[in-house]
Amino acid sequence: MLDASLNSDIQLKLFISLASLLSSGTHMDYTFHWRPVIKALPDLFSAALVTLEAAVLSMLLGIIFGLVLALMRLHGSRPLSLFATVWIELARNTPALLQLFFFGFGLGAFGWHLTPFTIVLCGLAFNNAGYLAENFRGGFQAIPAPQYKAARSLGMSATQTYTRIIIPQVFRLVYYPMTNQMVWAVLMSSLGMLVGFRELSGETQFLASNTFRLFEFFLAAAVFYYLLVKLILLAAHLLSRRLFTY
Amino acid sequence: MIELNSVNKSFGDLQVLKGIDLSVAKGEVLSVIGASGSGKSTMLYCINALEQIQGGSISVDGLDVHAKSTDINKLRQNIGMVFQQWNSFPHLTVLDNVALAPKIVLGKSADEARSIAEKQLQHVDLGDKLDTYPTRMSGGQQQRLAIARALAMEPGYMLFDEVTSALDPELVGEVLDTLRLLREDGMTMIVVTHEINFARDVSDRIAFFHQGVIEELAPAKELVNNPQRQRTQQFLSKVL
Repeated sequence: MLDASLNSDIQLKLFISLASLLSSGTHMDYTFHWRPVIKALPDLFSAALVTLEAAVLSMLLGIIFGLVLALMRLHGSRPLSLFATVWIELARNTPALLQLFFFGFGLGAFGWHLTPFTIVLCGLAFNNAGYLAENFRGGFQAIPAPQYKAARSLGMSATQTYTRIIIPQVFRLVYYPMTNQMVWAVLMSSLGMLVGFRELSGETQFLASNTFRLFEFFLAAAVFYYLLVKLILLAAHLLSRRLFTY
Repeated sequence: MIELNSVNKSFGDLQVLKGIDLSVAKGEVLSVIGASGSGKSTMLYCINALEQIQGGSISVDGLDVHAKSTDINKLRQNIGMVFQQWNSFPHLTVLDNVALAPKIVLGKSADEARSIAEKQLQHVDLGDKLDTYPTRMSGGQQQRLAIARALAMEPGYMLFDEVTSALDPELVGEVLDTLRLLREDGMTMIVVTHEINFARDVSDRIAFFHQGVIEELAPAKELVNNPQRQRTQQFLSKVL
């Protein structure tokens, strides 16, 4: 009881000092001004939607390519399997930033000029696909082989067996790793500002340098990211309750 | 009619079927007994091409199972199979487990598929489980579900691969009763089993497998009560 009240007392003091830190400049040589941030909230909000859009699209592409890569690696011919392995290795073992730069400056050097949005979409999709492919591969290997035989024995084609029996079960197995990757995609999209993409970070950078309120704007952006991720996790949780009734 | 002509099957260097000759007529029930590893189950897998063969031929209703030109998915619609591990599809309800193949393989409408599935599930006494998920059912119930799922394709033949081996003893009876029911319906069946008494009572003939060959093939009661070959006698004396 004593401990608990002591604990909450400390929490209260912490909160007060944090609040005073953010509202006035008494503790260090920085005076917070929130007015520009409040004025720019609608801009930040629409930039957050751009971030969400890029993350969701890159995730959808990542799932499709990730599935194909996993199947190539498991059942493909030698060249296909090698192709998938190279993709997966590069996506997982090089910085995401370099992957974005490849689609931006790399292709640009060969005269392929993609829009910032396309660069980010390609870069994130490439990265997502690599990580998801390994998740999917684990998922495929976890499905007992007799499930496949049972489906084929009913006259289902290989494609029907995969789309109706195997893949739905794989999706359930990898659902939570997939959710992680979605969160990761949201956070990674902030790298987009380095190739000129005006998502949440790019927009924040722009507004901050226009108003010189760097700290305030990036704090606000952090709150936006946090809420966005929480929202996605909540949505994923609700979706899983609808999807997985077994 | 299912016909096997000197069928050879190897896994790598290991030859598991050594020149199997066998024919099962329409309406017949053949049981296959023998020790583990004698090739009984492998033969079933070869009959519906879940396994390839290295020599000889297998035909079902005159159709060469392993010919390149044979539409294997079409052929399998005619051969139902039930496995030792029941392999229910865990992500589908009991009803959908049965209705899926009629819908996507036979192209039945959703309503038709549903009524086919309901009929088959009632037949195996699972009429009250339609909306349950298989993982909430006992092994015996899941095995009956697997039987209903195979029957929903209205196959001409049924293959049973040790369907009671993985069940708790008290659940074996309900599955064997379902097989008896099928026998009464006149279904043509090949039943790989360790239940010798069941095989004797229900089948027309019994084949005894030993190390990849059919050691003895005889009318059911004859083979169990009066086995001719020494190996059959030894095997039966161990399991009876």
